[in-house]
Amino acid sequence: VGKMAARLGGENRLVSLPLSRIRVIMKSSPEVSSINQDALFLTAKATELFVQYLATYSYKHGRGKEKNALTYSDLSHTAEECETFQFLADILPKKILASKYLKMLEKEKQDGEVAADAEEEEEEEEDEDKT
Amino acid sequence: MAERPEDLNLPNAVITRIIKEALPDGVNISKEARSAISRAASVFVLYATSCANNFAMKGKRKTLNAGDVLSAMEEMEFQRFIAPLKESLEVYRREQKGKKEARKDKDKKADSEEQDKSREEENDDDDERMEEEEQNDEEELDN
Repeated sequence: VGKMAARLGGENRLVSLPLSRIRVIMKSSPEVSSINQDALFLTAKATELFVQYLATYSYKHGRGKEKNALTYSDLSHTAEECETFQFLADILPKKILASKYLKMLEKEKQDGEVAADAEEEEEEEEDEDKT
Repeated sequence: MAERPEDLNLPNAVITRIIKEALPDGVNISKEARSAISRAASVFVLYATSCANNFAMKGKRKTLNAGDVLSAMEEMEFQRFIAPLKESLEVYRREQKGKKEARKDKDKKADSEEQDKSREEENDDDDERMEEEEQNDEEELDN
């Protein structure tokens, strides 16, 4: 009965993610020649476990929980804080308001100008020391 | 080989279902969160594949095998997946074996009716045929 259940649709399937799609993604790696059937199955299954783990971890450690929700911010927080998920940091960047970002850019520019001025002064001083 | 962007994505409906089943009932999952998890899953596949491939190359093999994927999980610090993966693999192998035997029986019956044609099918890399109930896709693995 257990084995039959694995063939039925929905939650009782052995794996829900389509193997053909998983295979396409795997094969997009140029250095991969061929993939044995068991390896394909395991990768698909592992990906499901990963999705579950990422979702539950993020929900558990995030603030979305306060509103009974899982939010993007919970996920990016996980990518930043948890070492296991750090490989996701680039694709799950923290979000900031556009206005804050513009202010950041302004500040960086100003800091850059100050630093450049300081460098110039230092150089002048050095020259003076030499003479 | 150029892939269209959508080919490297996993089906939204399936991803959503997996997330919903993992979280407590009634938790709302924002569209952004769903999309992010889907992308993360694709990246996971790439990372796992690359890692598994390193193990295959170490073993001077060109074909990724089950052991390589399990070693990759260890390397990526997803040791928690290894036990459930091994269990699932057992079930999967039994299923595949059952299917293969069913096919052979079918072919044997056809044999008595059309000898030449069924023999061709059997020689067609029986072991490597993938079966998916959803899509009825039959692809041959590369050699």
